[in-house]
Amino acid sequence: MPHIAQAAESVITKHGRDATRLLQILIDLQQALGYLPPAGISAVAAGLDLPRARVEGVAGFYSFLHLEPVGEYRILFSDNITDRMLGSLELRDALCRKLWVEQGKLSEDGLISIDVTSCTGMCDQGPAMLVNGLPITRVDHQRINEIAELVRTRVPLSAWPRAFFHVDDNIRRRDALLGQSFVSGSAIEAAIRLGRDQWIDEMRASRLRGRGGAGFTTCVKWEACRDAPGSDKVVVCNADEGEPGTFKDRVLLTRCADRVFEGMVLAAWATGANRGFMYLRGEYAYLRPALEAELARMRAAGLLGRTILGEAGFDFDIEIHLGAGAYVCGEESALIESLEGKRGTPRIRPPFPVTHGYLGRPTVVNNVETLTKTTLIALGGGAAFAATGTAQSTGTKLLSVSGDCAFPGIYEYPFGVRIDRVLEDCGAGDAHMVQVGGASGVTIAGYEFSRSIAFEDVPSAGAFMVFDSSRDPFDVAHNFVDFFTHESCGFCTPCRIGTSLLKGYMDKLARGYGAKKDLADIEWINRLLRNTSHCGLGSTAPNPVVDTLAKFRPAYERRLRTLDFEPAFDLDAALAAARRITGRDDPAAHLDSGDKQHTEGER
Amino acid sequence: MSGHFMFDGRPVPFEAGQTILEAARAAGHYIPHLCWHPDFPPHGSCKLCMVKVGGRHVSSCALEAKEGMEVESNTPEMNGERRALLQMLFVEGNHFCPSCEKSGNCQLQAQAYELEMTSARFDHFFPVRPVDASHPDILLDFNRCIFCELCVRASRDVDGKSVFALTNRGIHKHLVVNAESGQLGDTDFSADDLAANICPVGVILHKRVGFEVPIGERTYDEVPISVVSMRDKGSKP
Ligand SMILES: Cc1cc2nc3c(=O)[nH]c(=O)nc-3n(C[C@H](O)[C@H](O)[C@H](O)COP(=O)(O)O)c2cc1C
Ligand code: SF4
Ligand code: SF4
Ligand code: FES
Repeated sequence: MPHIAQAAESVITKHGRDATRLLQILIDLQQALGYLPPAGISAVAAGLDLPRARVEGVAGFYSFLHLEPVGEYRILFSDNITDRMLGSLELRDALCRKLWVEQGKLSEDGLISIDVTSCTGMCDQGPAMLVNGLPITRVDHQRINEIAELVRTRVPLSAWPRAFFHVDDNIRRRDALLGQSFVSGSAIEAAIRLGRDQWIDEMRASRLRGRGGAGFTTCVKWEACRDAPGSDKVVVCNADEGEPGTFKDRVLLTRCADRVFEGMVLAAWATGANRGFMYLRGEYAYLRPALEAELARMRAAGLLGRTILGEAGFDFDIEIHLGAGAYVCGEESALIESLEGKRGTPRIRPPFPVTHGYLGRPTVVNNVETLTKTTLIALGGGAAFAATGTAQSTGTKLLSVSGDCAFPGIYEYPFGVRIDRVLEDCGAGDAHMVQVGGASGVTIAGYEFSRSIAFEDVPSAGAFMVFDSSRDPFDVAHNFVDFFTHESCGFCTPCRIGTSLLKGYMDKLARGYGAKKDLADIEWINRLLRNTSHCGLGSTAPNPVVDTLAKFRPAYERRLRTLDFEPAFDLDAALAAARRITGRDDPAAHLDSGDKQHTEGER
Repeated sequence: MSGHFMFDGRPVPFEAGQTILEAARAAGHYIPHLCWHPDFPPHGSCKLCMVKVGGRHVSSCALEAKEGMEVESNTPEMNGERRALLQMLFVEGNHFCPSCEKSGNCQLQAQAYELEMTSARFDHFFPVRPVDASHPDILLDFNRCIFCELCVRASRDVDGKSVFALTNRGIHKHLVVNAESGQLGDTDFSADDLAANICPVGVILHKRVGFEVPIGERTYDEVPISVVSMRDKGSKP
């Protein structure tokens, strides 16, 4: 196994033997070895002088890190509800059949493994998949056939048709941000001219609120960080964009990386930070080369590094850290843990990151879109920014529109836009339900389409998924519950166990075995999740179920078999293994031959 | 800074930096807890210590007390939620109390009595979890782990060994030990380590002493956990 030790040593050296870079080291080592074998974990632990168990614990946390061998070709189907609506599960099954492999298992020759993964942020051009981390969009049966052939004949990924990997930006409506051309460096120059204090004043006047979900006033966060004791302050750009149905940050990172990074420099100017991180979700790793090139260009132009634009004492630079398949790492304190090379477990708050963030230093964490918006404020002033939108939600919002509509993509509107207006613009003629803000957001029924997108009405981190009358709200909620169960970090009791319990009830209902008591249990678990969870993941996990139960209750009641108690344990299903072994599926091999036809294929 | 807050309608004094749980405890009020331990910083994972402050749920082990706070703790609502969290912990693992050698000394079981949990309510997960008997003096029965991380913290911060860590996530989260073989016997773990003597449930067990004290005469058999915890305030969680 000397090659494992060698690979580990070279990766560790590349990262300066820095234990805070543990996640980055594991990602690179896996890139070199295909997976993380036990000897690799031991070598990393030894090389970084960390307990081995800690390294194993970090590696085990992230979905994209593998402690067991995976296929030479590793295919992950994006499993958001919008992918499913475009037939992703059928396509997955077709590929599994063609390549003779079971989902989640490694083929015997080690060639291929096929599985599903949480939303990959390609909902406007799904169904999507990742092949060895690279996105393939618009998968259809023809593409599946071609992929099967490419895999079977072991064509290296670099020789696959380029068109497979094409990602469209699909910008459908432009407003203040997307409609304006931008001269690189102009926003930084403007803010330097204002001076640090007046720049903060402009930010205050803009009343900009965070676009990452919570809607916290950006200026307040920046001031708190600026005023916090301690040097070595940090600015983090949250590019984890894990909320199902959201892809607007992807487009910003593709189309205006210069403005995103410039926004980080503006935050540094305001807070006095000298170190910046972009936390880029693993699904967007394909954007990294272009982002690194942009950083290099900015350094060369004096927009990053020492003495930015000649301003003495204005030193700031940015490094990109990759995530590895963990939605919870979008939560700012979990993100910081991950940046420090740990498991992405949300911290106890208070203290908040603005005073105790990365390595205990005052840290600002802002969303990609929030930071990009600050360039508008630097160029046009806070008052002009605040003149659009609504009283409590100034400026514009980028919506990621997907689902049952003619024109999925990015729509920029002033805050306050009505939902029916968006539906009309995106060509959603038969909209029945809209999921605003992603899985953790709000489910909007037809009678609410006159409501508007704003923090004071329907807040949104950006997702806008449209469902027509052929869709079943239960299936939507069920998919989201699966998502939260998969993504729970497992730190706190209510979320770790509660999401699994909720999934159990939803699965039971989906099988047609629901009872009225189950709905009461679901409501009780929802309440426990909301009230007692440690972070926003657990406390918002029940949202889709709470909303669809309230607004589309018949979708649940239709699935109740009796109105009283129905055991979750399905005795007949438990005999499936015995049937498989004996090769039987005749009626006599089943317990109840009543109202249900049991075939193994169905379960 | 010090001051007073209201705990279930009664004034409780606090010192600057004290958490709600610590201040309440010092004043003789018990708040159920599992992952909190007097000798360690708060962990905040079990959520049994949840109280309501001004209508909002907070972890009392982690939140500092503030002047004028109105804290609700021993109410039917909070105890109902705590009971549900216990039920979750019971169905998540494999807890067959009558055959567990920790019975009577187990804080999870004692909390279930304390909070009058009479059934598990939810369907059991029956996870498949291993037992590790590789160490000469210690047995690990992972079936009962509640992920309080006290062993992790004690081994790392007090014993200086980091024998334990958590891996995987969500419902698949589990403990691993610090050895490539995955066996406790291949670590430097010792029966004298604090980590070997801190597990609130029946995971980390000393071999050959299992039933020295008969069931029925154990710590929480005689006295409820709320009383034991307050009586031995300095040393017992
Ligand atoms: C489970 C969870 C996931 C989150 N994911 C993201 C994310 O992917 N991107 C993001 O910007 N914020 C995310 N957030 C919100 C962040 O915690 C934080 O509020 C945000 O990055 C702050 O930036 P803003 O003020 O600019 O919105 C998430 C929060 C939670 C609880
Ligand atoms: S709520 Fe869920 S994701 Fe958040 S800390 Fe608890 S287990 Fe982890
Ligand atoms: S083994 Fe015991 S001390 Fe360690 S995490 Fe599990 S329950 Fe807590
Ligand atoms: S005792 Fe407070 S969360 Fe466990």
